[in-house]
Amino acid sequence: MACFLVPVAEATAITIIRKIAEHNQQKNHSALKVNPEEILSPNKTFLSETHWLTNLLWGGSALLAFEHVWHGEVTPWFPFLTAMREPDATSEMLHEMATNGIGMAVLVTLVWMGMLAVNRIRQKKNISEVQ
Amino acid sequence: MTLLIVLISAVICTFLWYTKGNACRISTLCWMFWGASLMWLVDAFAEYAELHEEYFTPSAEDMLNDTFLGCSVVVFALVIWIIDLLLHDPKGIFRKKKSALKEVSEHV
Repeated sequence: MACFLVPVAEATAITIIRKIAEHNQQKNHSALKVNPEEILSPNKTFLSETHWLTNLLWGGSALLAFEHVWHGEVTPWFPFLTAMREPDATSEMLHEMATNGIGMAVLVTLVWMGMLAVNRIRQKKNISEVQ
Repeated sequence: MTLLIVLISAVICTFLWYTKGNACRISTLCWMFWGASLMWLVDAFAEYAELHEEYFTPSAEDMLNDTFLGCSVVVFALVIWIIDLLLHDPKGIFRKKKSALKEVSEHV
């Protein structure tokens, strides 16, 4: 019904946090008179790796939003979600968001954590091979 | 069926990204398809928990509708990808045209 709104909320929160962190990082680098690209390019920082998570969340949510429009669950006019018109449908929608929506957000985050772990192991392996 | 179509698209795009590289920003499609596949996987589990064996024997009408939806989702993703590609212009085609036009106007 509107389960994709939970991943959208997570993606929004992470995007905002990353933008603030990047802004602060740039501020610190300019105060130290250091080129931030020189510091960031050799090792991908955690901050840049959050791009993977937001890409998965925004990309998936976009396609799911299309599916919801297809099924007539999302409309371009107020209240935008058809389930908001009746209290019964609203409670059903909230239940779906709490179960499926949170499940989606958790699964995508877990997969991203797995990607991070694999990436870290590969980086360590490469470093040890070079040494 | 929608999950299957999107999952197949994700695998094909990842293969293309791995073999041909990301010159045409194919990673945009990979992120979209993998993200949607994971999300629909949760939906599929929830539906399976509700329907059990019936989940694997959908009616012909449902399958046709889901196939149509899956194909439309793939086309929607392709439209997003082509817009992203043209906006970022990784091969610099628009920039080259712009600079060529600038040169011509300077000569005139």
